[in-house]
Amino acid sequence: MIPAIFVFIYLAAVVYIGVFAFRRSEGAKAEDFFLANRSLGSFVFLFSLFGTNMTAVAILGSSGHAFTNGIVTYGLMASSSGLVIPLTIFLIGTRVWALGKKYGFITPVQIFRDRWECSHIGTVIFALQAVLLVPYIIIGIMGGGTTLSAISGGFVPFWLGGAVVAMVVMSYVFFGGMRGTAWVNTFQTILFLVFGVIAIGVIGSGMGGFGGAVEALGSQPATSWLLTRERISPYYFFSYTFIPLSAIAFPHILIFCLTAKKMVQFKKTVIFYPLCILLIWFPCVFLGVMANRTAGEIPAIRAKQEARRVLATQGKTMEPEQRDEVREQAAGDDVILHLLHHYAPLWLAGILGAGIMAAVMASDSQILALSTMFAEDFFAFYGGRRRFGERAQVQTGRLFVIVLTVLAYVVALRAPETIFEIAIQYAFSGFAAMSPLMIAALFWRGSTKWGALASTVWVAAAVAAVAVFQQTYPAPPPGPPAVVWSPGGTEVLARTPSGTSVFGFMPVVPMVVVSALLMLVVSKLTPKPSAATVEKYFSK
Amino acid sequence: MKRALLVLAVAALYVLHQDIWFWRTPRPLVFGVIPVGLFYHGCFSVAASLLMWLLVRHAWPHHIEREVEGAGGEGGAER
Repeated sequence: MIPAIFVFIYLAAVVYIGVFAFRRSEGAKAEDFFLANRSLGSFVFLFSLFGTNMTAVAILGSSGHAFTNGIVTYGLMASSSGLVIPLTIFLIGTRVWALGKKYGFITPVQIFRDRWECSHIGTVIFALQAVLLVPYIIIGIMGGGTTLSAISGGFVPFWLGGAVVAMVVMSYVFFGGMRGTAWVNTFQTILFLVFGVIAIGVIGSGMGGFGGAVEALGSQPATSWLLTRERISPYYFFSYTFIPLSAIAFPHILIFCLTAKKMVQFKKTVIFYPLCILLIWFPCVFLGVMANRTAGEIPAIRAKQEARRVLATQGKTMEPEQRDEVREQAAGDDVILHLLHHYAPLWLAGILGAGIMAAVMASDSQILALSTMFAEDFFAFYGGRRRFGERAQVQTGRLFVIVLTVLAYVVALRAPETIFEIAIQYAFSGFAAMSPLMIAALFWRGSTKWGALASTVWVAAAVAAVAVFQQTYPAPPPGPPAVVWSPGGTEVLARTPSGTSVFGFMPVVPMVVVSALLMLVVSKLTPKPSAATVEKYFSK
Repeated sequence: MKRALLVLAVAALYVLHQDIWFWRTPRPLVFGVIPVGLFYHGCFSVAASLLMWLLVRHAWPHHIEREVEGAGGEGGAER
């Protein structure tokens, strides 16, 4: 219960930050609520933008993935992100910021509508972005409920934990808007960074140092592969470098890019972004791998390894549902909680638990982004602001925050978590495949609204097709993929233990490539926006 | 010329991410604990940061900054 008390203190601090931000706000101005008046300085801009992108995946997911898959996790998810994300912020984020400053844009859809002289096509893009974003909010509430329940040793039930997290997030987003969200994200990022350093020290000391553990893992055939990447295909590894393209297509990241006071604020963000990733992901991945040496001391981790062994040896003969159940038991998302519970003193586990809560609660930016998009791209665009005024628009955005959070909480109580975890996988690929839209809008004079529509429809269809495919063909046990279509002996389509492969690549590769091609070909064949509009974006 | 070199540097770093040479071996263990494949990608993150520093220094879109913020818009002391 002591760790839970620390977590509740943290939650109270976060609400206070939201209320404090509310006091600093400038009445009912849309730019102030949705973009903090475009006034964030270097420090808050760096940490809040980084924190916005670091969801529960960063701490719980990375250590869990490393527990199951080994050191490959860092190369797959972290180091590629450390190159691609700051590069896209440098190339695209700065230009989006400049357009926002110049023309008053608040959402990416406003840029698309203006750039391609379209209205309903913008609504289609808005709808797809919203559909892909909602699972994050639901999973954030679920993660909050699960983590609070685990940290309190079951004293706080899942439904109450989820309700508390939903209320806290809703409060500071409702009151503080972008300013509150940015400040909370900054506070959370500092907690993540401190968390990583302390956690590795405490757990390393508890395990008697890591040298012996690494040697022992490397000397046993059952675990030595965790220290290499021999079980991962180079095609799969390469495919993962496309996933970070999603970051700059996420509406919450693009909207965050509009909050900087000056363009110079981007400089520190792009330079330090890879180092922040290093400081957070490296300890989490390393600890996740090391958790495999703690089975003798921690029964819960022993049970996970046993489930993994059963899956490897008997998986082929199991029914798909039974296989999914064993796979769930073998999943390592909570290993870091077990390590802390076992090795850290209670008070420290509480502080570190607050750090984990900070990671889990990163759905605030998505809630605010959806609220901003609804208020700007829908309410204001279809005449609401003109008829009812700016104050009504901001109140609509606030009301949307409440409705969305309550709906997400109700769904979180009723639906199984795995559905939304899978939906997030699709969402990453979907947003990555939408990145050609913004690239074309900013860098190609010849792009058209019809090219944008073709790309958007393709992304929606591809995400749906992958979802249907994975529902139709259950995941095989660990090992070689189940080939579904191989005309002339060429493996075209296969179901892998963790997803789908197309010509050996993850679906994100053909999704991005086809999306870019459709933008190119359809734009070539369709009429361009007026010369005045094109000049507005490409004048020297 | 400078721009071409920077594009080349970005492309080279992207290619270097696919480090097939450390694929199947954990050794040497750097500092006695870190498998070489993990250490390599830790160094890759530092290299990415250095590359971003180069881009900011030599390829910063000053024309956009000037257009939006005027002559005094380059951040002064924050540069």
